[in-house]
Amino acid sequence: MIPERWLTFAVLVGLLAVALGALVMDRPFTITLATRATILALAAVGLNIALGQGGLVSFGHAAFFGIGGYAMGILAHHAQTFTPLELGPLTITGTKSMPVIWLTAVVASALAALLIGLLALRTSGVYFIMITLAFGQMFFYFAISWSAYGGEDGLSIYVRNDFPGLNTLDPIQFFGLCFTLLCLVLLFAGRLMRSPFGLALNAARQAPERVETVGLDPMRLRLLAFVLSGAVTGLAGALFADLNRFVSPAMFSWQLSGELIVLVILGGVARLIGPVVGAIAFVTLEHVLGDVTEFWLIWLGVALLLVVLFARGGIVGLVARRGHG
Amino acid sequence: MSAILIIEQVLNGLQFGVMLFLMAAGLTLIFGVMGLINLAHGSLYMIGAFAAAAVAGATGSFLLALAAAMAAAAAAGALVELTVIRRLYAADHLDQVLATFALILIFSEGTRWIFGSFPLYLDVPAALSGPVTLPGGIDYPRYRLALIGAGLAVAVGLWALTQHTRIGIRIRAGENDREMIAALGVDIGRLYTLVFALGAALAGLAGALVGAIQSVQVGMGEPVLILAFVVIVIGGIGSIKGAFIGALLVGLTDTLGGIFLPEFFKLFMEPGAATQTGASLASMAIYILMGLVLIWRPTGLFGARA
Repeated sequence: MIPERWLTFAVLVGLLAVALGALVMDRPFTITLATRATILALAAVGLNIALGQGGLVSFGHAAFFGIGGYAMGILAHHAQTFTPLELGPLTITGTKSMPVIWLTAVVASALAALLIGLLALRTSGVYFIMITLAFGQMFFYFAISWSAYGGEDGLSIYVRNDFPGLNTLDPIQFFGLCFTLLCLVLLFAGRLMRSPFGLALNAARQAPERVETVGLDPMRLRLLAFVLSGAVTGLAGALFADLNRFVSPAMFSWQLSGELIVLVILGGVARLIGPVVGAIAFVTLEHVLGDVTEFWLIWLGVALLLVVLFARGGIVGLVARRGHG
Repeated sequence: MSAILIIEQVLNGLQFGVMLFLMAAGLTLIFGVMGLINLAHGSLYMIGAFAAAAVAGATGSFLLALAAAMAAAAAAGALVELTVIRRLYAADHLDQVLATFALILIFSEGTRWIFGSFPLYLDVPAALSGPVTLPGGIDYPRYRLALIGAGLAVAVGLWALTQHTRIGIRIRAGENDREMIAALGVDIGRLYTLVFALGAALAGLAGALVGAIQSVQVGMGEPVLILAFVVIVIGGIGSIKGAFIGALLVGLTDTLGGIFLPEFFKLFMEPGAATQTGASLASMAIYILMGLVLIWRPTGLFGARA
């Protein structure tokens, strides 16, 4: 067993090494896979704030992932077609600038998380799971019926959006961008875990009555956690859309919500690096098993069953002892 | 907008509602008795539909197909209860969600493996095909009317089963105090397997019945499963009566919303925009209904526990 902090460091260095190695060996596809893992990791780190820290089993995080994706899709679509976006009295021109898109994605998904959270957090347990699942599905059907932005077919964005000073179409530069964001968010999530808010949130998960008696409102703690969680997942959604240069209702699908939970659990719930390990394992499995058999999801299902029934704590739980990351 | 159209749509909504009830009743029974959230319930629906399509294709008999659907789904349900689900009763909801999500992956891809990715078709039986003329001169598909009848019959049967039979008494006792009825000599393990198989059979029946008016394909169960969740959130988890009322509410809201919301917006918007807005809003109508019920009653209309 190794300390968790070392593992965090080793995993991030490993991910970076894979991308740089692929650059040296001129394998752009491997860089794209590493980017995919990085973005999924970011989405799962977001989910882990609610799931791991807050104990909120959200089965609707695809909603935020999709909102982030559509924030990118809509802004870039208006920029590439040179049509202004009419929002009632407000007229906005589209944009291809990543920082603006990221900010929009974060704000939009945080707002959605606030609304869903206000309703869903009135309940707990199984109700919460089903309600988040249902709201996720609501966004899915809304996206399908919203023909102005492609409806069922989705939206294609021809050129990847811009970041000042970088050529984002170069795989390694885009990877670097995503990787930097992942590191920053991990730093933020790690700080959050040890902050008074994070400690109170953890306590609210384990003993809500006690938290109430010391004068804190568990509801507000959970709501803030849910909003932060949704915002991070929304940012990942914007990056994912940029990676594929395509958004579609599939980003809102319940399968994606399920997969995000799987990433967190596979890696290790409530461990800082858990979701990253889970995402890397998932993308690797998908790629390796996907080459062997068309039905690789069966084996993912079997692996998942084994983890749930026999290996609680996930991969990180097997490898590293709990410590301050 | 004529009266005939409205009556037709109300019947469609009822038909959709009673089929949702078959799914929701099983889910809510399983949750009520075992405290388990079963995401794989949609897979049992799919298994029922595939079994029915396969048997109907081989024998040409719709009744045999229905029996096969219920038997296959019940057998699959009993099998997963004995091998996997049994270990999850004491686990927290997160573990239940994950394990049953894993079962979805295994069932869906397994079915794709066996039957391929192309949809199968299950024909409406000849005796029930074609329209029937209702009082008032409304032509309505005979099969859909039969679905409403079958759903209502199952609802009555479930009510009689839980209220008036020994097994029903045990099920209700299991909901209230499982240690006590185990102490009284009821084999609680067998009761659980039985309840799970019963819920599975209902899901399989729904899959087969609906499979005759839609295509039978992998992934057909999950959208229905999520709607069934909406139903039991509205009705209150663990309550069969709640599942019934919730299912009809959801069925009617979804069907009527799709027809009336675009018409409603046409009153004050131009037709193109009205259709668009109405369709978008209609796709969200049942979730808005769910939100409103939650604000009013966080544990659902007939739910006792949170």
